[in-house]
Amino acid sequence: MENATSARKKVYVTVNVDHRPDGTARPNRIIFENGRSYEIDRVKSVRRAASTKVGGTGLRYTVRICGKETFLFDEENGKWFVEAKQEA
Amino acid sequence: MADRTILHVDMNSFYASVEMMLNPALRGKAVAVCGSTEERHGIVLAKSELAKKAGVKTGMVNWEAQRCCPGLIVVPPQYEQYLKYSKLAKEIYCRYTNLVEPYGMDECWADVSFSRTMGNGLEIAEKIRQATKDELGLTVSIGISFTKTFAKLGSDMKKPDAITTIARDEYKDKVWPLPASDILYCGPATTAKLSKYGIHTIGELAKTDPAFLKRLLGVNGLSLWSYANGLDASRVMPQDYTSPIKSIGHGITCVADLENEEEVYKVILELSQDVGHRLCVHQLAATGVQLWVRANDLSGEQFQCRLPYKTQVSMEIANAGFELFKRRYRWTTNVRAVTIRAINLVPQSQPEQLSLYSDYALHDRRGQLQLAIEDIRRRFGKMAIYNAILMGDKKMPEDGRDLVRMPGMMYQ
Repeated sequence: MENATSARKKVYVTVNVDHRPDGTARPNRIIFENGRSYEIDRVKSVRRAASTKVGGTGLRYTVRICGKETFLFDEENGKWFVEAKQEA
Repeated sequence: MADRTILHVDMNSFYASVEMMLNPALRGKAVAVCGSTEERHGIVLAKSELAKKAGVKTGMVNWEAQRCCPGLIVVPPQYEQYLKYSKLAKEIYCRYTNLVEPYGMDECWADVSFSRTMGNGLEIAEKIRQATKDELGLTVSIGISFTKTFAKLGSDMKKPDAITTIARDEYKDKVWPLPASDILYCGPATTAKLSKYGIHTIGELAKTDPAFLKRLLGVNGLSLWSYANGLDASRVMPQDYTSPIKSIGHGITCVADLENEEEVYKVILELSQDVGHRLCVHQLAATGVQLWVRANDLSGEQFQCRLPYKTQVSMEIANAGFELFKRRYRWTTNVRAVTIRAINLVPQSQPEQLSLYSDYALHDRRGQLQLAIEDIRRRFGKMAIYNAILMGDKKMPEDGRDLVRMPGMMYQ
């Protein structure tokens, strides 16, 4: 069985976000440090949550990217992170 | 009248849990958060469950903890993170009631007697426990009872991540067999006094004649008797309540011993900047100054004096404190920690009797200078202007550890 904790690492990413007049935000695209960028197809839900895999907390966006569901965390200090897969 | 429903929420091994939540690699290991030996705070501040099982205790010196638990992972404290999670946890409790009273950084009382629409005490406690775990990745122990003291006892009974209820018809069975030292405000000295008279448990304390306890322990004896009998009527402080200010002080443990008067003056002057600022914010003025000095051998001394006139001026407070120090402190050992406090506060606008022997012109000029400094700091930041003597090493740590509000007396 895959050990989720050791298989993931916290990676801070650049995020393009629309901040709406009602105070909510809609992340559109995440960009990794190496330049790879991914369009966010859909935001399924937002809630405050802790990341059990890589540690830390924040507003957790459950997003769909290229048909796959993943979490994007807003630490509310200007920094966003994802639970990225560890390179083998 | 129906019984109150009071929760006491205690965040388990708070500092250590935050560290493990932020760094999952620490999970399931013996971890201790320890102050820096270099900065002379080298003691265990919190430990994980595993470290606790190995015998590590809060307050142990670092080397002692490592000897008692080989392989212990020691991490330095991150006070900003603890403040952040303490605040977020409090926000969770405030979803259910505005009667939320912090008791240190990791404990809170919450009175949910009037929150029936959100569930009974047990249901609300369960929601809080679950939300803290899901949203912050931290566990809490919650005690539910009809008094603050019993709720606090309850939160200590089952740990971690558990809820304990102590209802009116259960407290004699659940609380009375516990040692008297478990009850709030029964410290080692009081426990020793009680045990001299054969009072070892809370039940024995409850059955003792209150008049005897008053003779033995003063008013605290009566409080302890009422706590033990479930008669503690103290209320939970509203979340936005600020207690009346009786004094304004600021203290620090220095990163190295202060070896001469000049070094002591720098620390007193730096601490006084904050005291003067807070006096201005609250529109209060000091008519007395108190200085507390902890020597290198950990002995403490406190001195105080009256001021010739009321003041908000940092420089005048610092000078009065330094005069006290020069007059009263015997340099048997070097100085480790200093606290300066403005006391006998009066409203800044209150008229005062002038004295023939005081230099009011100088006092007024200093007052104007203080106001100008306050204005510059408000506009450009605290470090925009400061005394030249405060440049360079002041032997003071530079973080926000002094911002934590420590537990005080029970709110009545």
